[in-house]
Amino acid sequence: MSSPAPRVSLFITCFNDTLFPQTGRATVTLLERLGVRVDFPLEQTCCGQMHFNTGYARQMVPLARRFARAFADSELIVSPSASCVAMVRCHYPRVAELAGDEELRRQLEALRPRVLELSELLIDRLGVEDVGAVFPHRVTYHPTCHSLRLLELGDRPLRLLRAVAGIELLELREADECCGFGGTFAVKNADTSIAMLSDKVRRILDTGAEVCVAADNSCLMHIGGALSRGRVGVRAMHLAEVLAATGPGRPRSGGAARGTGGARRGVA
Amino acid sequence: MTDAREQILARIRRALRDVPAAERPEEVIVPRDYARSSPAPTERLLSLLCDRLREYGAECERTQPNSVAGAVADACRALGLRRLAIPPELPAAWRPEGVELLEDRDLGNDALAGVDAALTGCAVAIAQTGTLALDGRSVSGRRALTLLPDHHLCVVAAEQVVDGVPEAIARLRPAAVEHRSPVTLVSGPSATSDIELQRVAGVHGPRHLHVIIAAERPPGRGA
Amino acid sequence: MSAAGGPRLGVVGAADHPPFPRAARAALADSQLRHNLGQATRAIRARRAEAVGELPDWEQLREAGRAIKDRVLRHLDHYLLELEAAVQRGGGHVHWARDADECNRIVCQLVAAHGTREVVKSKSMLSEETQLNEALAEHGIRAWETDLAQLIVQLADEAPSHILVPAIHKNRREIRELFAATLEEVPDDLSAEPAALAEVARQHLRRRFLEARVGISGANFAVAETGAVVVVESEGNARMCTTLPEVLITVMGIEKVIPTWQDLEVYLQLLPRSSTAERMNPYTSLWTGVSAGDGPAEFHLVLVDNGRTNALGDEVGRQALRCIRCSACLNVCPVYERVGGHAYGSTYPGPIGAILTPLLSGLDAAPSLPYASSLCGACYEVCPVKIDIPEVLVHLRQAEVERPARRSRPLGSPDGERAVMAALARVFASRRLYEAAQRTGRLARLVLARGGRIERLPGALGGWTAARDLPAPPAESFRDWWRRRARDAH
Repeated sequence: MSSPAPRVSLFITCFNDTLFPQTGRATVTLLERLGVRVDFPLEQTCCGQMHFNTGYARQMVPLARRFARAFADSELIVSPSASCVAMVRCHYPRVAELAGDEELRRQLEALRPRVLELSELLIDRLGVEDVGAVFPHRVTYHPTCHSLRLLELGDRPLRLLRAVAGIELLELREADECCGFGGTFAVKNADTSIAMLSDKVRRILDTGAEVCVAADNSCLMHIGGALSRGRVGVRAMHLAEVLAATGPGRPRSGGAARGTGGARRGVA
Repeated sequence: MTDAREQILARIRRALRDVPAAERPEEVIVPRDYARSSPAPTERLLSLLCDRLREYGAECERTQPNSVAGAVADACRALGLRRLAIPPELPAAWRPEGVELLEDRDLGNDALAGVDAALTGCAVAIAQTGTLALDGRSVSGRRALTLLPDHHLCVVAAEQVVDGVPEAIARLRPAAVEHRSPVTLVSGPSATSDIELQRVAGVHGPRHLHVIIAAERPPGRGA
Repeated sequence: MSAAGGPRLGVVGAADHPPFPRAARAALADSQLRHNLGQATRAIRARRAEAVGELPDWEQLREAGRAIKDRVLRHLDHYLLELEAAVQRGGGHVHWARDADECNRIVCQLVAAHGTREVVKSKSMLSEETQLNEALAEHGIRAWETDLAQLIVQLADEAPSHILVPAIHKNRREIRELFAATLEEVPDDLSAEPAALAEVARQHLRRRFLEARVGISGANFAVAETGAVVVVESEGNARMCTTLPEVLITVMGIEKVIPTWQDLEVYLQLLPRSSTAERMNPYTSLWTGVSAGDGPAEFHLVLVDNGRTNALGDEVGRQALRCIRCSACLNVCPVYERVGGHAYGSTYPGPIGAILTPLLSGLDAAPSLPYASSLCGACYEVCPVKIDIPEVLVHLRQAEVERPARRSRPLGSPDGERAVMAALARVFASRRLYEAAQRTGRLARLVLARGGRIERLPGALGGWTAARDLPAPPAESFRDWWRRRARDAH
């Protein structure tokens, strides 16, 4: 190859860093397999989405500053979290406005076009659909609200999934309907959240899939938690983990030793 | 009353502190990139209008401009309509034989409710939406005329048919704006979707709409 | 009898209504409501998509719809004055009402001046806001609701549960029972077929239309340039109310004005396809003042503020006033579909209600409504005038967090969402604190406890784990793995 290997900085997100490191590991594995050089700016912490969405926008201005500093030297930034990418691309301008900080606004504005969700990086920048993945399982895909409506990922994740060797992709009915997570919504309006989740789970089960895949671990934690509680034998997995998979080995359930009920998740 | 007006205006001005004082309303840009007109041929428009009307449950037929009266008479016979209320300005060429015609010179509501049908023309018809626009003048008649009777027979001239809403609104301007005449847009018979969101016909307003399009036969067609 | 028949609300944000989460819980358990609403909204969603899909210029129409309203709102005083002059030139009278009471007072006085005890009324959400019917009743005036669904909720003495289809929570059997119980001359063998029920309503109201001397209506739009007032409907009852009586009184929110006659070409396309999913609704009436020999001899337009200037003054919230009351947002909202309209405790339910209610009446009237959403954004996608409802919801949440009355909970106490959010912000603002919190598991606890109270950790987790499992916190964070991998490579 004549051009140098592309470089990306990984924006792992506080959620994945802390609770779903396997998604981060899978993302790195996948990108390196494709010849991408990945770096990880350690100064990153959290983009502040949860604060912003709950009404604490002013309180998270320092987090936006930290983000800008952490990724100042990155040409390209990739994240396996559509909602966090949406926070940076769609909401950071408002944050800068609230901060009344012109310099911050300039920095964030410069960053916005460089922040990509994983499937955007793969399809738009690297021009690949077949990432060399092998995952011979029955899979259904749930398009999360941020990926669907804020980032408008369209069919990018599906195109990537279709190219996975051995996969059987099953269509989810009424896929566009929200799973009911919505961050604080799942806690402040737990009953309604559960009602929405029940319908999402029912539709997932109707597909006959073994695995439900999405581009956001926040929604997957919610969906996966219900799948696990129901002992229905269906698990939730992040898109990156499917794309990183190269063998047909049966994924072991993760973290079964501790916690409440032992969520079963795919392991990279 | 003046106090309320002044207070509301003052509140509005206070609320709009962020709008620069020098900004004029026209300076707020309104992009009008939507379809404003269409050069569709008349035949296509007439055929579309008919289809749309039928979808609403209205009846639609076509006749030559000099056969309107006959077509109306036939429709009355078929539908059992014997007494029609008409606007005084309805052209003689549209008035059917064999039916009692009552010119609406200030007919009372009960009289109007008592006729079998209203027979009118219209001001403009919209093909895309299956709409008849009555402009309260000349052949459209006044509003109560097309509201109280249970049947409405409406004659539409081919040149009155436009493709979409923007053209119709423009054509209605002289009547509605210069003459301040009341306009009624009619798209099918009366309906409601209030019970389980199922559209059922006929709550108030005419439950039957019968449209007669007066148009020359297109060239090249057989007799 | 459906439990969805709530108390008569009629105000924007009733103070004694339970907070949304509690009201929602009750509604979720109402299987009749869930079934009716689910069916109805699913059906209309599909039809709306079809109707909108027919127009290749739909997005351009939405953009124009947004821009025209923004122009009006930015110069609302100018356009209202233009409207007033134009209506007066057409022979109509214009009145101004600062609030609900003043609106009701004006209408009652106008009706009383004609010595009549009965009026016919067509649909007006504004009159629900002001509780006009109740005010008229206090003056000994009976207002007959003539819109079929409004008639149904009036007979059932309930509040409407949907902007467009107020009786959506009732099925045909319930309506049949209601008619049989409340209307005279109902045949014993009345079926529950919608057509038969509509016929009963038609007969019942016909007499009233023909005899009423005063009609009251709402308005969808009023054209500043020409003075034309516009009512968009399906049944014909608004035509009856605005044509047959001698006197017509129209009550209208000040935000309904549009600049020019031409602008109707945009809204008369956006509204029917968004609301009833039709290419065009059956009847649209456009009248200017009075016309000799045709319709009422006397016309009164009552322009009502009732909190709209509050909304206008909120730069982010102002966009809510673009609303043309199509209810497309209600029909796509996964929350509304499951809880129905009464749970919102306001004249305006659903996504638009969640923002309009606090904007009109103040957050203290409805502090829980901005949170009644998962921010999924489906509403914004379908809004014909591009109201960014999620943006306004987040903005209102911020206002709620900063609201002085709310701040009365002691800051710095370990309880309280504010304390949790502040703690998290501190942790995230420092790499050292962040990594330490990860290692001690504190971060996971904080993140998962963000609904409320650190001290009552089991409680917060209890909310989650009532229906879901939690993933067990992993042994190693991503960044620890990354560093370990880098070390191992050397």
